Amino acid sequence: MRFDYLAPPTIKEAISLLSKYDGKAKVIAGGTDLMNLIRTKMIKPEYVVDIGHVPGLDYVKYDDKGALSIGALTTIRTLEMSAQVKERHPVICQAAAQLGSMAIRNVGTIGGNLCHASPAADTAPSLIALGARLKIVGPAGERAVALENFFTGPGQTALQRGEMVVEIQAPSMPPHTRGVYLKHSIRGAADLAIVGVAVIATSNGGCCRNVRIVLGAVAPTPMRARNAEEALEGKEIDDALIEKAAQAAADESRPITDVRGSADYRKEMVKVFTRWAIRGVIPKEEAVNETTHIIQRGEK
Amino acid sequence: MKQLIKLRVNGIDEELYAEPWWTLSYVLREELDFIGTKQGCEGGHCGACTVLIDGKAVMSCIYLAMKARGKDIMTIEGLEGENGALHPLQEAFIEHFAVQCGYCTPGMIMTAKAMLGENPNPTEEEVRAGLSGNLCRCTGYTKIVEAILSSAEKKGN
Repeated sequence: MRFDYLAPPTIKEAISLLSKYDGKAKVIAGGTDLMNLIRTKMIKPEYVVDIGHVPGLDYVKYDDKGALSIGALTTIRTLEMSAQVKERHPVICQAAAQLGSMAIRNVGTIGGNLCHASPAADTAPSLIALGARLKIVGPAGERAVALENFFTGPGQTALQRGEMVVEIQAPSMPPHTRGVYLKHSIRGAADLAIVGVAVIATSNGGCCRNVRIVLGAVAPTPMRARNAEEALEGKEIDDALIEKAAQAAADESRPITDVRGSADYRKEMVKVFTRWAIRGVIPKEEAVNETTHIIQRGEK
Repeated sequence: MKQLIKLRVNGIDEELYAEPWWTLSYVLREELDFIGTKQGCEGGHCGACTVLIDGKAVMSCIYLAMKARGKDIMTIEGLEGENGALHPLQEAFIEHFAVQCGYCTPGMIMTAKAMLGENPNPTEEEVRAGLSGNLCRCTGYTKIVEAILSSAEKKGN
């Protein structure tokens, strides 16, 4: 493990270093993912560009329309503990709380979790379900990319030469909209997800609208389960419909077999966790809390 | 090329020449002789290397020493009770037999310190969740959880 360490003081200088050393440099924010990739020789960057000294990238703020902006250097722990986010986008806190151990969340950043582009990234499914966008800056200026289109493969993103993510933006959640992120893992939060499921839907007791179902760890990138979404969209939800949607999600997932679980097992778990997550967003409080509680305790 | 870095460890300013790829746990152990901080998995999974940086629990094995410049670091050696006695958390670990081989203990105690710093009266469930990043392969976790809860009850954090 050998590299040069560069600590640009501004975004402009960071971009210039990343452009100059394209292919040879990696950005480090918290480093909780990057240090492991380097240590295990998965990557061998010649330069590590520490953006931790760039001011003004660590913030959580809401505009007057309730839209959320998160600076890329905001730690996962800050998001987990944010009272504002807990009130207005609780599903983000729920996902953040399930990412790694406390000591990882204290250091790891939201920008890092997304740019690392793990198919199992815990913050990705809920943010995609919320319709989040990324603000990206690079040599050619600024652009926005929908998070849904940001991931191009395991560890691969839409970032071009010299570009970096500076902000994550999420629109406000309309009234009667609820979101749930469930993670299936062996060692609770400290472990990677075998399956992650985020479901967001608007429903005040009648029909379900704006349904978004996003799966983690069961495809090369976090993926929307569009068939499952369609099964629920505009309908009044009952058990049969939930089953249909859960089955559709399992069918459209494309998991691999690895040390955490076989592909077949993952598909089964997509069905189970999608079912639970859908129940979590329809207004039947008691059943929901019970399910969520059981899942969080790992007593399945 | 080595660079001069300054860290504050357990209240004392330290200066050393460090390679850019050195981790904080390496610097603490090999350069500064704070060998109370253990290295286990060296991948941020087991928690043996947990130290506090500006009061927050951090896995020092995957934390770049360069990033720790100017920060306030506390290792297990920096824990102290009144008049040089053991810290109440250390006392509680002894009293409850929460130590077997001892390798995970410094990380457990530093995590517990950070946890009680944020939440002085945790439930058992909260303690268990807070320890999810610290592995013990000897005793299981019951005694460790008991020790932390008892220390919290006595306000010994």
